[in-house]
Amino acid sequence: MTDLVRMEGIEKRFPGVHALKSVDFDLRAGEVHALMGENGAGKSTLMKVLSGVYQPDGGRILIDGAEVALPGPRAAQDHGIGIIHQELALMRDLTVAQNIWIGREPRLSFGRIDEARQNAGATAILARMNLGIDPRTPVGGLTIARQQMVEIAKALSYRSRVLIMDEPTAALNDAEIAELFAIIAALRSEGVGIIYISHKMDEIRRISDRVTVMRDGARVDTVAAADTPVSRIISMMVGRELTEDRAAIPDLSGAETALELRHLWRGRELRDISFTLRRGEILGLAGLMGAGRTELARAIFGAEPCDRGEILVRGRPVAIRAPADAVRAGIGYLSEDRKQFGLAPGMDVRANVAMASLSRFASRIGTIDEAALGRVARGYIETLRIRTPGDRQQVRLLSGGNQQKVVIAKWLLRDCNVLIFDEPTRGIDVGAKAEIYRLLNELAAKGKAIIVISSELPEVLRLAHRIAVMCEGRLTGILPGGAAQEDIMALATKREGEAA
Amino acid sequence: MTGTEAQPARLAPLLRAGGTHQKLLAFASLIVLVLGFSLASPRFFQVDNILSILQATSVNGVLAVGVTLIIITGGIDLSIGTMMTFCAVITGVVLTWMGAPLLVGVATAIATGAVCGLVSGTLIAKARIPPFIATLGMMLVLKGLSLIVTGTRPIYFNDTEGYTEISTGSLAGKVLPQFPLPNGVLVLFLVAGIVAWILGRTVLGRYTFALGSNEEAVRLSGVDTAAWKIAIYALAGGICGIAGLLISSRLNSAQPALGQGYELEAIAAVVIGGTSLSGGRGTILGTLIGALIMAVLTNGLRVLSVAPEWQTVVTGIIIITAVYADQIRRRGSV
Repeated sequence: MTDLVRMEGIEKRFPGVHALKSVDFDLRAGEVHALMGENGAGKSTLMKVLSGVYQPDGGRILIDGAEVALPGPRAAQDHGIGIIHQELALMRDLTVAQNIWIGREPRLSFGRIDEARQNAGATAILARMNLGIDPRTPVGGLTIARQQMVEIAKALSYRSRVLIMDEPTAALNDAEIAELFAIIAALRSEGVGIIYISHKMDEIRRISDRVTVMRDGARVDTVAAADTPVSRIISMMVGRELTEDRAAIPDLSGAETALELRHLWRGRELRDISFTLRRGEILGLAGLMGAGRTELARAIFGAEPCDRGEILVRGRPVAIRAPADAVRAGIGYLSEDRKQFGLAPGMDVRANVAMASLSRFASRIGTIDEAALGRVARGYIETLRIRTPGDRQQVRLLSGGNQQKVVIAKWLLRDCNVLIFDEPTRGIDVGAKAEIYRLLNELAAKGKAIIVISSELPEVLRLAHRIAVMCEGRLTGILPGGAAQEDIMALATKREGEAA
Repeated sequence: MTGTEAQPARLAPLLRAGGTHQKLLAFASLIVLVLGFSLASPRFFQVDNILSILQATSVNGVLAVGVTLIIITGGIDLSIGTMMTFCAVITGVVLTWMGAPLLVGVATAIATGAVCGLVSGTLIAKARIPPFIATLGMMLVLKGLSLIVTGTRPIYFNDTEGYTEISTGSLAGKVLPQFPLPNGVLVLFLVAGIVAWILGRTVLGRYTFALGSNEEAVRLSGVDTAAWKIAIYALAGGICGIAGLLISSRLNSAQPALGQGYELEAIAAVVIGGTSLSGGRGTILGTLIGALIMAVLTNGLRVLSVAPEWQTVVTGIIIITAVYADQIRRRGSV
């Protein structure tokens, strides 16, 4: 049997980076082939070559055994290659059916769109996926998970035989993940080949047949998923064995209070939140999606200020009406969406590191001391091990993990005492994750007060000294670090008026 | 990095801040235009004609430099043409009607522009009115105010000694009699130099680029984005006031009906110079070259006796071509 897709000796160079080094990859019909590797390993680049976004500098691509040229995304679609992007590419104000058929609307005379046929076609595809979504619903009204399903439906409408999924579960909860996996299983049995990019080991083992690991732009190996231990896959990814160290919970009884919230309210999203955070403490903030964790972080930071309640920093009440107030009080916030809220992508590492502390490098008339700034930026590149050709590199050209480190450097330079990390390792690979964890522990040891929001319970358990759990905008309880997962879940699903 | 690299590195940010290729392209087009017109007509490359091109560049150039700041933040200012006129009118009121000394008039022009910019900036940053709408409104308000204040009649500066010298006099001519560069051109170079310095060297400049690159990320870095944005519009407004001085000095009068249309010429110069209308990218050098291209084109076509209506058509085509070339360049360097 010939392979559905075969990529041989794919080469790709960008200015200053050898992104793909003679990479081989193949996909059979009806298999799920996981593609793993640290950020910057070349997974996304390889997939962009396969989906016609990038042109390879060398090597060849065969589909059904015949060599093909993919000069653009349209050509890849015509060969049956569909890609589900990490960032959803849907038009929120159009309906599900309109999104699925965008660019290929069934026509009537005089350029009118055949809405009936369009909706019927969409219904058929959604039925094939066992999805009960009305094709006339505007996409913006669906959950992220459902939007992702619409993306998949759109890809299927192109009669795709190859589906590329880039971290499809990043924004999904367990029930939604199960729904997605059921769809993947159904597609696989129809003979669709699926390339699955993810950092989550348990998912890979649950659904994939084979795993290809990449590192530094080269393929390390392709192995069968069933009989390869997780530790082996991880060591292939990072090139070394990882040790699982659990954070010891320090005695903080004598530590000064860094942050205190008293009866914080905002609309229906935050209801009567109170807690204290000591210096040197890492407080995990757990909860299901929509529990109000990000909303709480943004309220503390003044991005969307609270309506009522008091925020005390080091025992003194502060009025936080805007992020500038929070930063002045020594609070820094690392958003879950770095590209949108954390970075100026077109500007260089140096400018981004300095974004919150520019005045410190300014003379009286407002000129910037570039030499000092460059020294400081290069210092952080070294201590945080940011992989970049230099401090003048535009941050949009860095991988996700390195972009996250640039944001961390920004707040370290500002010397914040309270740091709020919202999903600090989202989209970050295993090796870089361990580095971020180490960094958080070091910061706490230096007396910073840290709040970590994470949807991955193992991450919370590994980092947090105490775990605050939210549900529907309320703080349902605070547990000691290392608490049982069942206890956390009980609090995360505890509705108003229910006994624990 | 070692100390020996510090010297070139000092100039680099002024030149690097985006669009180097576009500037080369724009500069090459400028050379080609000048060469072409020189070959086509012996009257083109004469000292008198070159001086009149530069003189013609000065007003549009100053306006374009100011609006470059705003466009880099991702905004737009449609009111600069009528704002320039309004500044000239208020200066006329202060100098001619109230008999204030020349320097007070100069300060008035700049302050009037800065206040107008402050108003636009506040509408945009605080009231969150889109820049296009806010400045469209300001354009009409200022146009009307100019006509109201003057009673639709021009104000002449005959009583203020030395007022026309601001634009048409030539300090340079005292040093270099063969090439009496008008003062207006010196003012343009001075303004351009200062703004380039602000963009490349200062906190204000850094935030100008940062706002255009990702405003929300800047706000979440604890920067008071509204205040900086207002400051940028006020600065651009002050520069507009300088343009008002230049044009009223050249005409020896504040013409209240003048002004509308200048904003589009200035924006065209900025775009030809490689500044991105979506913000985050742009240079003053590019804008200067863009303004020169516009002036050379207008002048050259006139020297070749091309009908004015065709001059307009050609100018339009040049603007579209310049932006198209920029698009092609960007597609090539993803």
